[in-house]
Amino acid sequence: MNVQAPALRDPRLNSPEPFTPRDGGFFQRDRTIHPPAYAPGYKSSVLRSPRQALLSLENSVSEITGPVFGHNDLGALDNDLIRNYAKDGDPVGERIIVHGRVLDETGRGVPNTLVEFWQANAGGRYRHKKDTYLAPIDPNFGGCGRALTDDTGYYYFRTVKPGPYPWRNFVNSWRPAHIHFSVFGSGFAQRLITQMYFEGDPLIPVCPILTTIPDKDALDRLVAPLDLNASTPFDSLAYRFDIVLRGQRSTYFENRPEGN
Amino acid sequence: MPQPLDYLKETASQTAGPYVHIGLIPAMAGFDIFEKNFSNVLVTPNTQGERITLEGKVLDGSGSPLRDVLLEIWQANAAGRYNHPADRSVGALDEEFRGWGRGGSDFESGVVTFETIKPGAITDKAGRKCAPHVNVWIVARGINIGLNTRLYFSDEEAANAADPVLNLVEPQVRRKTLIATRSERAGKVVYSFTINLQGPDETVFFDV
Repeated sequence: MNVQAPALRDPRLNSPEPFTPRDGGFFQRDRTIHPPAYAPGYKSSVLRSPRQALLSLENSVSEITGPVFGHNDLGALDNDLIRNYAKDGDPVGERIIVHGRVLDETGRGVPNTLVEFWQANAGGRYRHKKDTYLAPIDPNFGGCGRALTDDTGYYYFRTVKPGPYPWRNFVNSWRPAHIHFSVFGSGFAQRLITQMYFEGDPLIPVCPILTTIPDKDALDRLVAPLDLNASTPFDSLAYRFDIVLRGQRSTYFENRPEGN
Repeated sequence: MPQPLDYLKETASQTAGPYVHIGLIPAMAGFDIFEKNFSNVLVTPNTQGERITLEGKVLDGSGSPLRDVLLEIWQANAAGRYNHPADRSVGALDEEFRGWGRGGSDFESGVVTFETIKPGAITDKAGRKCAPHVNVWIVARGINIGLNTRLYFSDEEAANAADPVLNLVEPQVRRKTLIATRSERAGKVVYSFTINLQGPDETVFFDV
């Protein structure tokens, strides 16, 4: 299993030359690397997948714009899942740091974008009124957090490693340990929800949700490698997870009344 | 060999799953954790524009409502301006309107609502007038990649007839799947919508 390769950087990031602002449409989404809507091995997709073709839409201002968030939307502990629901102590489980960059397809960091994440506790139990798995709730663990990326697109948070859990698909289906991610980007057409998996987990190749992804490399890019360099000795291990959103075209010669 | 095109590849999508509320609407999951929460109410007392309620359901291929679906909407303000730096149109910015909200369906009825304002018409890059619309993004268990659609308004017949996106929908009969129906209830303006994921009245979804 290949884990994430280090992300390439766009050399123009460090260039003193001004470049044309990226305010054109987003790069067309390559749907061959995404799971198809209809993936019968993941049974609930059968009734919840459109049968008609998607209508391709050239991006207009409706798609290249999107919500803007700021630090006043967040609380001080929002990226610390070890403390943000602590009642009488720390949650039980492997303490980990998850960190990485949100980039676009040109390799640029996506600054000041909102990243949200949620997960089960160390035993695979979600704090959700609809989760009835017999593994217990952890009284000190909520299981969600959020962060804004910095100027370079970097984010980080602290949590405990989630456990795998069973679910009703096949009789004996178990999800690999995973953390759900929601990312905004700079325009609504970049909106993405995905899941991060952990290097070496033997449940990865047998998961009916993960194997909806047809492209082996795309699947491997959802697997976060252990990052000993980012760990804190005698405190926390670390995993590195970079997220790539769609790139955006420049409007070099578009006939805009106000010019480029 | 020519020079390589070393673009990165987009991260693959995965379903939001049945417990999406934990991360995105924790109160619906049954707990309180953040000091500030995002919601389905887009307006403050000072927002400009006509107050409206959007109210609808998302139905699966058997006609049953999804009771674990999450919708986000993104829209222009009453003057037709998006609250984002890439919108360089002339309409005035409304500081009291972010233009974005998220709502989960009721666990029993499947109804999703938003309290917002009716957006103004926007102009596209080619200078064409676009009918007022709300952009919608749908995620849920069983949906592997978020679905994009739009809501237009039933009382904007002339603008809808000239809208460049509605006119791209080749079977004219499918255009009505994007129109929300206006009614008034106890003095409030309500636009009702149904999103059909699959079947004879399947909603038009976009590859944006």
